[in-house]
Amino acid sequence: MSSHPPMYFKNHLYWVLLAAGGAVALAGLYAVHMMEHYGHIISGMNNQIVWGIPHVFAIFLIVAASGVLNVASIGSVFGKAVYKARAPLASLLSIAMLAGGLTVLMLDLGRPDRIIVAATNFNFTSVFAWNVVLYSGMFSLVIVYLWTMMERRMNPFNKAAGLAVFVWRFVLTTGTGLIFAFLVARQAYGSALLPPMFIVLSFAWGLAVFHVAQTVIYNWNEKTLDPAILNRKKNLLGVFVLGSLYMVATYHFANMYFAHQQAFELFILRDGGMYTNLFWWGYVLLGNVLPLALIFMPGMGRTRCVMAASLLVVLGAFALLYVFIIGGQAFPLNIFPGYEVSSSFGDGQIATYTPSLYEFLLGFGGLAIAFIITTVSVRVLNFMPQDKPYISD
Amino acid sequence: MSDIDLTRRNFLKTSAGAAAVAIAPGMMLFQVAHGESEGASSKVRWGMLIDTTQCKEGCNDCVTACNKENGLSGETKTTDSQWIRKIEIKDVSSGRELSLPMMCQHCEHPPCVDVCPTNASMKRADGIVLVDKHRCIGCRYCMMACPYKARSFVHEPLSDQNPDVPRGKGTVESCTLCVHRIDQGLKPACSEACANKAILFGDLNDANSEIAQKLRTVASTQVRAELGLNTGVRYQGL
Repeated sequence: MSSHPPMYFKNHLYWVLLAAGGAVALAGLYAVHMMEHYGHIISGMNNQIVWGIPHVFAIFLIVAASGVLNVASIGSVFGKAVYKARAPLASLLSIAMLAGGLTVLMLDLGRPDRIIVAATNFNFTSVFAWNVVLYSGMFSLVIVYLWTMMERRMNPFNKAAGLAVFVWRFVLTTGTGLIFAFLVARQAYGSALLPPMFIVLSFAWGLAVFHVAQTVIYNWNEKTLDPAILNRKKNLLGVFVLGSLYMVATYHFANMYFAHQQAFELFILRDGGMYTNLFWWGYVLLGNVLPLALIFMPGMGRTRCVMAASLLVVLGAFALLYVFIIGGQAFPLNIFPGYEVSSSFGDGQIATYTPSLYEFLLGFGGLAIAFIITTVSVRVLNFMPQDKPYISD
Repeated sequence: MSDIDLTRRNFLKTSAGAAAVAIAPGMMLFQVAHGESEGASSKVRWGMLIDTTQCKEGCNDCVTACNKENGLSGETKTTDSQWIRKIEIKDVSSGRELSLPMMCQHCEHPPCVDVCPTNASMKRADGIVLVDKHRCIGCRYCMMACPYKARSFVHEPLSDQNPDVPRGKGTVESCTLCVHRIDQGLKPACSEACANKAILFGDLNDANSEIAQKLRTVASTQVRAELGLNTGVRYQGL
């Protein structure tokens, strides 16, 4: 060990960032307190849009938490040294985002005080109940995996732990996709394409988050990432973005082909106002086309371009999830096919939803939790990628 | 040992006696009020046949009766609970118009029960689909899963509840088929309130019941029958 700490942080900035993260997390807790006290009436959610902004944040965090482990898997399972050096950071980000996402999901419940009920009463036909097992299992597995990497005596078990994490996260993201895939009655969901779509989306979102974190950490340490490594990783991000765009396109094309799904597709893709705009401008253009240009266009692909592309991919992720989760609920349930319907309960109408400040506070609170866990861990433990002097693979 | 502490023994005896005296009247009163509690029987399957030809557009009597019986406010903001609602439907090709009540369809294979993580959504042996308000964590997954949009989430604190119909802020609720009335041998409030007798309630499994006989003689449909949920509520004239 060298006598210098492995990472040099700007002390002052660290405390400022920690305080800022703490303040946002506290604001999130305040929102929870208010929702607990007054009920969900102070959120924008209602009996038509039952899942809102908190779920957009939570699902982003959980999906990205699984996808970021791709970096670790390429290292541990497929033996690529460049990725192996980054596996600890990837695992840390995964734990941090999982913690943030699950906190949001739990605190948005109507009765978060009954979380012990969820932990002790399992309905085995419920994919939510499976997810309770999958999420807590993932948490434990990644901690063990980190242990096998950071404690020399545990190194021999690293490969096995890496493989277990690799398998587990596929199952976990499948579970997240199944939450929607099992909703047979809704036009937007109930498709077997959703679990694989979520898996490929997780690759892109996770890697984008990883790029952002890695760039910041290198900057703080006043280091620059080896261009050869940057090049490989940016190309991988490009492939993942293309892959996820392909999955989303396939999902919509398949829906378009079914006559009974066309009204829903036209709503999302053409007539949905804000949802349509968010889909084309937010997800397709900002979240895919622009990042791909920043990665692959001649003269692009430098550190800053990759950082910008990664941030845009994350932005696109939020746009897509908003359209998918909220747009999907806004389109009326087709209870009487072939009939025009109306009622006092929003039948036959596009549901309205205006997210409230409290929902955003809760969502950003989740991001803040992930941020705090990452910042503190990166400071107290050695998560800086340690590359070998040459790239062997 | 001769020096047994009799004081303590006596104290325990007296305490046990006092506790029994304190609890007994309460237990008796509970029995007087609710009768001998008898579990629901799976030999019965409660259901409804709704005659849409008898259901009048603009009539809201079933909804009003439900609100009164179950202590709902009757308001129709997007955050208010509606256990039963009137839907006006118009056939796009023929222009034929109908009005009908829509509520929990009390499915044999309820998606809400499948997806509920804590088993709070459950189906009683006699086919009534209910939410256990003590187990519901308010995740709203059942609302996402219900093909009939029959469920509501309690968005605000409640007051003046009907003691027989417990509800709670932060939990999901829906039509209980007036289970508290059924257990007393009464019909659901909506069925009783319908002046046109458009809502026929009864035991689908009892071949001699009025509903079973009528189901044999008239054409009826299940809403969204393609989902294969085998609903307990059927519609005539749809």
